[in-house]
Amino acid sequence: MANLETMTINMGPQHPSTHGVLQLVLELDGEIVRKATPHIGFLHRGVEKLAEHRTYHQVLPLTDRLDYLAPMHNNLGYVLAVEKLLGITDAIPERAQVVRVLLAELTRLKSHLVWLACHALDIGAMTVFIYCFREREHIMNIYEKVSGARMTSNYFRVGGLSADLPAGLDQEIRTFVNSMPGHINTYEGLLTGNKIWQKRIQGVGVISAEDAIDLGVTGPSLRGSGVDWDLRRDQPYSGYENYDFKVIVEEGCDTWARYHARLKEMRESCKIIHQALDKLKPGPILADAPKIVLPPKHDTVNTIEGLIHHFKIITEGFKPEVGEVYVGVENPKGEVGFYLVSDGSPRPYRMKIRPASFINLQALPKMCEGSMIADVVAVIGTLDIVLGEIDR
Amino acid sequence: MSVQSAVDKLKAKFGDTVLGISEFRGETTVVVKKEEIVAVCSFLKEDVGFNFLTDLCGVDYLGQAPRFMVVYQLYNIGTHTRLRIKAPVEEQDAHLDTVSGVWATANWLERECWDLMGITFNNHPDPRRILMPADWEGHPLRKDYPLQGPDREPYQGRLQ
Repeated sequence: MANLETMTINMGPQHPSTHGVLQLVLELDGEIVRKATPHIGFLHRGVEKLAEHRTYHQVLPLTDRLDYLAPMHNNLGYVLAVEKLLGITDAIPERAQVVRVLLAELTRLKSHLVWLACHALDIGAMTVFIYCFREREHIMNIYEKVSGARMTSNYFRVGGLSADLPAGLDQEIRTFVNSMPGHINTYEGLLTGNKIWQKRIQGVGVISAEDAIDLGVTGPSLRGSGVDWDLRRDQPYSGYENYDFKVIVEEGCDTWARYHARLKEMRESCKIIHQALDKLKPGPILADAPKIVLPPKHDTVNTIEGLIHHFKIITEGFKPEVGEVYVGVENPKGEVGFYLVSDGSPRPYRMKIRPASFINLQALPKMCEGSMIADVVAVIGTLDIVLGEIDR
Repeated sequence: MSVQSAVDKLKAKFGDTVLGISEFRGETTVVVKKEEIVAVCSFLKEDVGFNFLTDLCGVDYLGQAPRFMVVYQLYNIGTHTRLRIKAPVEEQDAHLDTVSGVWATANWLERECWDLMGITFNNHPDPRRILMPADWEGHPLRKDYPLQGPDREPYQGRLQ
């Protein structure tokens, strides 16, 4: 007689493929997943609560620690929201905008490299992991030269940038980006034609466009289901409308389609970085808004006026008028948005983060129920989740 | 369809339900009665094309009446326009109907709103806490919830 009972097992919170502290409770019928229930919150740090007790400038370092694989993108979303709240969006100097795009796209490469590395490693392809991390190390070095930190960059500022790019860095970035298409060919050479890779991801984690929209999936995960929507093109910010790039849409709806979508997106990012480097002209990096932006570091440490100016902004902050704004940016994982409510005080009255990974993870049960337990690992990889952002 | 025509349609259809319309930095916010929230959302999704729920959250205006606002950020993938819907919720009667039947996205977002803000969503398919532990007491994002957490003295600054 067949055994009709299902078995419930825990995957995580310490499973190597859960990309952080994620617990999945799986109800199994043999090897088939009947029900998957994600449990999250293990990394909850109360970022939104903390933000209500800090000035707008002081909130910025908290945003690095959301999606820690793409910190500059979180910085960007936050500073754009504050700038919109202040009404100084048009006052951001050209150079600051170009540098923001340049680093945002480098960050996209960095994030996608970790996605590919871990996704392949989860499925059993060890070599790709090592190659991807080799390239990621270059981007980390660029990060370090730009901001002083490898991961928690905290580089953008409300009104512009915290510092200008170091001299000669543009040439280094160009050399790196020139090498990138060749590296992507290597990854594709290792994976795309690989029969095991194909068997493990083709037809796995299928989600239709309707379901994906209904569940709020964004980013490459949505574009892999044939929905042509990218905020960089459709609601351009930081001057993305001036760049020539393709929005990659794949029709397959499965992990294979999302794999191709992200790889092609990396090639598009390289194109955007080249264009940004071409546009990079000397100029100011901070908006002319002395009541909001911090004075240049040189003035702070060399003149008494600069020091007083710096002190006033750090201790008192600035007071946006009463109002509320929402700004969403196209992170490597999907749409990350900041909803800010101002009551006229120097601190956000309420900050709500729209985390891309949190909402994408909600689609996981839909994508893996009815498939094999081994496919759950592929689905976690293809959703490209980061628990720091999910739990906030 | 522009945001303006969407708002006009909403006003024509729901009349008294619309409590106010405001614009700030080019973003339109419509405040509606919470009793009609599901009808308003279904209408906006089916007839006006706001097929994507970007975000949902609660805001605590402690000291004001009504105390809470539940905020829905909508997006129209066809026309790339955004619209914000807000529904006021009283402190004594802190619940409203779930919109998870309209957009499945709302499921987890409403769980988060219940967990952190203490607003109950009627008929929610899975009304559990999501970020805080299941046995947690209180709702941390409320303005009267101390930053240090419960049962702890507020930080007094550096000791002399």
